[in-house]
Amino acid sequence: MANGAALEQNTSSLWGGGRQPFGASYGKMMMWFFLLSDALTFSGFLTAMGLYRFKYEETWPVAENVFTHFPFLHGEHPLLFVALMTFILIVSSVTMVLAVNAGHKMNTKGVVLWLGLTIVGGFTFLGSQAWEWYHFINGDKGAIMLEDQTIMYFTKAGSEGEILSVYELVTGQEKPHGDHSEFQTADVISAFGLNEDVTLRMPGKEKITLSREEAKAAMANAKLIQGAGMRANEYGNVLFADFFFFVTGFHGTHVFSGVVLNIIIFINVLMGTYERRGHYEMVEKVGLYWHFVDLVWVFVFTFFYLV
Amino acid sequence: MAENNAYPSEHHEGPEGTKWIWKVFWILLIVTTVEVALGIIKPDFLMGKLLGTSLLNIIFIVLTIAKAYYIVSEFMHLGHERKNFIWTITLPIVILIPYLTFILLTEGGYMNVLMNQ
Repeated sequence: MANGAALEQNTSSLWGGGRQPFGASYGKMMMWFFLLSDALTFSGFLTAMGLYRFKYEETWPVAENVFTHFPFLHGEHPLLFVALMTFILIVSSVTMVLAVNAGHKMNTKGVVLWLGLTIVGGFTFLGSQAWEWYHFINGDKGAIMLEDQTIMYFTKAGSEGEILSVYELVTGQEKPHGDHSEFQTADVISAFGLNEDVTLRMPGKEKITLSREEAKAAMANAKLIQGAGMRANEYGNVLFADFFFFVTGFHGTHVFSGVVLNIIIFINVLMGTYERRGHYEMVEKVGLYWHFVDLVWVFVFTFFYLV
Repeated sequence: MAENNAYPSEHHEGPEGTKWIWKVFWILLIVTTVEVALGIIKPDFLMGKLLGTSLLNIIFIVLTIAKAYYIVSEFMHLGHERKNFIWTITLPIVILIPYLTFILLTEGGYMNVLMNQ
């Protein structure tokens, strides 16, 4: 190593020379590469869901039969609540851009205001997701699981596959708003035997409906399912709820860590760390992560609720 | 770290003011509203089959990619970075994700056919 000494002399001026690859700082570039790998992770989850959705087309539930609640509103309102959640996340993305924008102008008060609002938006989204999970886990109409683990909805013959709630089947009355009473499998089976016009249908888009005789035979060793868990759910194929918990949970974890990062940066802004450093690039880097969380939600929204 | 912090990224001149931010906000909001409206109404003339799914679903996916473009290009500022950086980030995504999607969805459809035989 004859020229080792010469090398040592030069290294200090190599990266410190002020010329950056791609004209982006180390931290910003690494945030981009992390987001690139995270995007591939999320696409792995979503396409895996696509695989099973295509495989179990007949028993894969339709989103509008699953997510129907809206706070303080009676009746069925598919899509409205997730649309609100999307709106909340878009708004918090806008406040984040405004915070970055204020940082470029070295406007500390502006960064505090907009970053603070972004944190509020993040918590609002997390609260909405908790509400969504609560209703998903508690369930709504209830369904029957046949001996071969297939989930079937109750429906009245000739009603074009409209789902009959277990509550209505057993009590004969329309299910009241927010009712979570639990029923026994035996009561459901006897009520099914008494109502000659009730049959079973599959959860899928095609609404494959059994005849009354087929349904009677299928009900022999059936089991009532109310709500959703990892092993069974009233909406349809077991994997549907598993993917729902996993993908929205993984996204929610990202939102949560984004809020934590935002809070750390917020405290640093209040303490004047970036004012002293001379630039607010840290707000920009965390902002990239926050926008990415919004970006992933745009895809989760499409592939869980729309398509 | 201290050394890196001394060199923030080159400042790429983006549009001045905050007007462009609100413009992107309205685009995202309107596209989402259109998606929700289509999802609730589900117009019959959009339910025809195309590329193994309904025309409506294709519209949803196109609108979603449009939203993603605005978020990445404007909010994440990637559209205003250097060209070689833009390609470094987008090319792996543009090549790998459609490839994975194509393989998994095709195989999923095939598994469905096998299962129902």
